[in-house]
Amino acid sequence: MSQGVALRRKNVTRRKQNIAAYLFITPFVILFVAMLLVPLFYSGYLSLFKTQLVGGTVFDGLGNYIRAATDPLFLASIGRVALILLIQVPIMLGLALFFALAIDSGRVHGSKFVRLIIFVPYAVPGVVGALMWGYLYGRDFGPISQAFHAVGLPVPDLLSSDLILGSVMNISTWQFAGYNMIILYSALRAIPTEMYDAAQVDGAGQFRIAWSIKIPTIRPALVLTLIFSIIGSFQLFTEPSLLYSIAPSAIGQAFSPNLYAYNQAFVNQVTNYAAAIAFLLGFVIMIVSYVVQLPLLRKEKVQ
Amino acid sequence: MRKPFNDEKQRSSILSIALWACAAYFALPLVWLFISSTKDTGDLFATFGLWFGSTFHLFQNIGDVLSYQDGIFVRWTVNTAFYAGVSAVGAALVATAAGYAFAKYQFPGSRAVISVILGAIMIPSTALAIPTYLLFSSAQLTNTPLAIILPSLVSPFGVFLMMVYASSAVPKELIESGRIDGAGEFQIFWRVALRLLGPGIVTVFLFALVHTWNNYLLPLIMFSDGRLYPITVGLALWQSQGASGGYSEDLFSVVITGSFISVLPLIIAFLYLQRYWQTGLATGGLKG
Repeated sequence: MSQGVALRRKNVTRRKQNIAAYLFITPFVILFVAMLLVPLFYSGYLSLFKTQLVGGTVFDGLGNYIRAATDPLFLASIGRVALILLIQVPIMLGLALFFALAIDSGRVHGSKFVRLIIFVPYAVPGVVGALMWGYLYGRDFGPISQAFHAVGLPVPDLLSSDLILGSVMNISTWQFAGYNMIILYSALRAIPTEMYDAAQVDGAGQFRIAWSIKIPTIRPALVLTLIFSIIGSFQLFTEPSLLYSIAPSAIGQAFSPNLYAYNQAFVNQVTNYAAAIAFLLGFVIMIVSYVVQLPLLRKEKVQ
Repeated sequence: MRKPFNDEKQRSSILSIALWACAAYFALPLVWLFISSTKDTGDLFATFGLWFGSTFHLFQNIGDVLSYQDGIFVRWTVNTAFYAGVSAVGAALVATAAGYAFAKYQFPGSRAVISVILGAIMIPSTALAIPTYLLFSSAQLTNTPLAIILPSLVSPFGVFLMMVYASSAVPKELIESGRIDGAGEFQIFWRVALRLLGPGIVTVFLFALVHTWNNYLLPLIMFSDGRLYPITVGLALWQSQGASGGYSEDLFSVVITGSFISVLPLIIAFLYLQRYWQTGLATGGLKG
């Protein structure tokens, strides 16, 4: 009998705790549904329709997606993102890893200050970053062209259609290398020293220790930075949108998929097609991020 | 956690020089921005970009920015601080409560909800901007501060970070002893857990602050009324007006000095709070 009472009391506290937990998550869940899931599904829904001059909005099935798959402007913008993923992301993460390892090795003079300087661009709004670099690249009063001029070399046009992709990549690297460095550095700091004391006794050098102990240990943090960089590359908008006003022909209407979706929705007023592009973009990002995580997940299972 | 630095290790001059050279690359654009803010328009075009001009024009330039177009820049600054401040406080509170619950309670359905939220980290916020705009415009929420604040309150990564952080920062025994003392679940959260979650909360707050402060696409879409603009959209507008040549060259120094003013608050916030966010970020990166 007393056991029954105890059990009931336990059930009551359990229920009380469950109610408390639900109340704790309720605000987030409501916002999550309203601001994330509803727009997501709404954009999926919109993408299945098209608006015609005659007949208004009609169901079009996968028409918008077929159109996107054969739209040279959209495909070119995806191609530019692919180049960014292949060139800019490895350079940026390579730099971030190098900075993190160098600072963690304790062999750099004034490393605390260096770390802050490299991180600071992250706190600069993307708009200001793009604006600044736009002026720096420019021929009016940009110090880059001033320097080329001073030594008598031909001044490169960093805002021409040949070089603009590299110029945009440089802005992203400048802005986000430090953020990634901080994530990697924090992970390095958490490795217990014992892990490489033994290696040091065995006479392993700094490079050896970095390569065989430090880098494998911070793999989860590396994957995190990689996924964030992939998402960021697909989202590219601010930089091309700002550079458009000083280099309209080099940027064009569809420099990045996002800029294209924006122009389709707000300049050309083709909302349904824009929704399809946005939805497709989200889908591609989820697949790419998932594929990137796969080897890691498999490796952890084996261990 | 570990290690005070091992001081016997020798410093390497080659490595130091390499790193300082890289640091110079990261610093130079901002140095240029500062130097350019001190020049008048003549010097801006006539003198070398990385050194000061013949006059120190910074304060006149700041005055020009603040009074340009009837002082709209001040209004944009206030808007930005308001949108970002409200969003960041809200996002941090909401994410903290949810992350704490996921870390410390086992309730029916928690695993399913967590996996949906974690999956949502991958959803790019910009892909949501267009449908959100359409929904808001039919609810007549565009051209109101809510148009930018509401979407900024949701941070799945913030919940993830708080979940990881709370699971190690708040010991189970502390919660249990609170219960034995007869404290309710909310009292335990307010009185015990929140204090221990400090660095995590500051991290989520700071990153939500940066996200909203620096956001460009969402306010660009949501606001057609220039008096509601945040600094980012305002500066972009001035820049495009300057570039299209409709304005005199004076607009260049207005845009440059305005940019300089707008980067200061966040840099100061990051420097001032660095101890907190570095701890907080370490948690996210560790278990990510």
